[in-house]
Amino acid sequence: MTAMPKWADAVLVPLISLLIAFFISGLVILAIGEDPIAAMKLMVTGALGSTYGWGYTLYYATNFIFTGLAVSVAFQAGLFNIGGEGQATLGGLGVAMACLFIPWPHWSLALVAAVFASALFGAAWAAIPAYLQAKRGSHVVITTIMFNFIASALLVYLLVNVLRPEGALDSASARFGDAMRLPRLNDILALVGIPFNNRNPANISLLIALASCVGVWLLMWRTRLGYQLRAFGKSEKASVYAGINPVRMTMYAMLISGGLSGMMAINTVMGEAGRLLLNSVEGAGFIGIAVALMGRSHPVGVLLAALLFGFLYQGGAELALWTSIPRELIIVIQALVILFTGALDDMVRRPVAGLFLLMKKGKA
Amino acid sequence: MDFATLIQILDSSIRLATPLLFACLAGLFSERAGVFDIGLEGKMLAAAFLSGSVAAVTGSVWLGVLAGVFASLLMAGIHGLAAITFRGNQLISGVAINFLASGLTVLLGQNWFALGGRTPALTGDARFGPITLPLADTVAPIPFIGPIYAEMISGHSALVYIAIACVPASAWVLYRTRFGLRLRAVGENPAAVDTAGISVTGIRYAAVAICGVLCGLAGAYLALGLAAGFGKEMTAGRGFIALAALIFAKWRPWYALGATLLFGFLEAVGNRFPSIDFGVITLPAQFMQALPYVLTVVILAGFIGKATPPRAGGEPYIKER
Repeated sequence: MTAMPKWADAVLVPLISLLIAFFISGLVILAIGEDPIAAMKLMVTGALGSTYGWGYTLYYATNFIFTGLAVSVAFQAGLFNIGGEGQATLGGLGVAMACLFIPWPHWSLALVAAVFASALFGAAWAAIPAYLQAKRGSHVVITTIMFNFIASALLVYLLVNVLRPEGALDSASARFGDAMRLPRLNDILALVGIPFNNRNPANISLLIALASCVGVWLLMWRTRLGYQLRAFGKSEKASVYAGINPVRMTMYAMLISGGLSGMMAINTVMGEAGRLLLNSVEGAGFIGIAVALMGRSHPVGVLLAALLFGFLYQGGAELALWTSIPRELIIVIQALVILFTGALDDMVRRPVAGLFLLMKKGKA
Repeated sequence: MDFATLIQILDSSIRLATPLLFACLAGLFSERAGVFDIGLEGKMLAAAFLSGSVAAVTGSVWLGVLAGVFASLLMAGIHGLAAITFRGNQLISGVAINFLASGLTVLLGQNWFALGGRTPALTGDARFGPITLPLADTVAPIPFIGPIYAEMISGHSALVYIAIACVPASAWVLYRTRFGLRLRAVGENPAAVDTAGISVTGIRYAAVAICGVLCGLAGAYLALGLAAGFGKEMTAGRGFIALAALIFAKWRPWYALGATLLFGFLEAVGNRFPSIDFGVITLPAQFMQALPYVLTVVILAGFIGKATPPRAGGEPYIKER
């Protein structure tokens, strides 16, 4: 297995897995009597053919960068945080708390407060499963699944009974103040003279997401804590032998992961809706799993995978609009990507490794 | 709350516990053999969809059940391939199966029936009717025992009784047969089983297949018994509640019956009373919905009893060379 160069492991194998996933998705489209090539063309023009499409693609990608980074950090530390959905739900609650109850005079102050509140709430929601894993040995996967459901019940309760303004019919909080509206991407790009469509929800959160990529990279590869987390993820036994505290590592990894998931809410709750809605997460927490798997848990990979899924989301929405292919096609593609880049990784890796071994022997 | 209401709630508890029981026993076989399965939800959903579709087209409820089991077995096959043959991450494979089912059922449903992901409503022989147990009408007038027998125990569909029969059957297979002993051993110490010359892969595939069949029955019951046809996302997290029940039951068949009945009861109470007024505090409906999950976390935390999963669970077995 040593014959496989690093680039093949990091790029070639995920790429082949992705191609297989897309190929099977094409077969699915064929099976329901549609043309996969035409569908692909429609998706590309719909998602990337206009600045309107790009705006939505980048808006979705912003969500996936946050949740993808969240899953990645946990993966690096050997933990599987499947609770991104619940942590992002709580993050939304944090944003709503920060924006509803304090009349910020300017969006920039509100944004700082919202970043802190969303990260704090998301991290708090991850803290209990983390503590139970670290101290009581309860499996973090099961507890985070349970916490997803508890979060959704909690949010329904709060929106219906507590946060809903008097007399309002739909389950949503009041609107945040006008001063707290985040600058949209077109506002930012207009400053440097680039014309961009103004009817899309892409906003300044994208820059925070990009900064988070850099932040996670610095943390994981340039700090002592990051090294400890990765060592803990590679081998718990060896890291404990080296004096790394496993309880602390589990807590740190999950808190960072939960905080990143929570920060997704800045984009959806503050950037797009301007109020807390019932289902603002919309499965982005789960897509983070696919993004982290595809991106090999590295910030650069996560960024690229998030863009890909942003494209799929926007393209899929366009498909549903113009053809009889329902939006759920994206879920199928997402499932296949998770299956092939995650669970069936070995199926692709083994033949590729064999091929490299063969080439090496041929040279020698 | 009077006696008649209580009987009604218990009656609906049994009905709501049935899919949970099937799925819980399904997870039990898989996890006892060392294969974690968080894809119960997806298998149930796939089964509910195909059983609803086939029953709608053929008009036969049992063909529907067969189709449901087939769909669930297909999903189980993918899980087996990923988790056993290719030694992939079992949790990730489960997540993938959940999404695959969630997407494909709507995609195919819309394509086949164009009803927005639903299957046509089932009537007559295409869905399960109630079975009146012997003497139910005779004992009905007897106070107390009469309603319990005639209304609560009698009058369910065939799959309800099959589900309950599966409990002693599972206990017998697991604890009284050679296969069961091997299955449990594979979940605790696969190397020992391998040393004895028994195929770990074979036993694990068998366990995953049993899991597929039981999840298929769970899904078929949802579409053909509890409801009249398949609806988008109709499992509504039941696969995860079953997973919770499995932990609650500490991976034991008889406890699984108790745990699923408890969770079915919670759902029935939640359906009947949207909010419960205790005078001092009022419990909202969402509290009842979240209760199974909260209870599971408490159990997992080990504050009330300790739930210890099979030791080799989640780890692919790599044969020594």
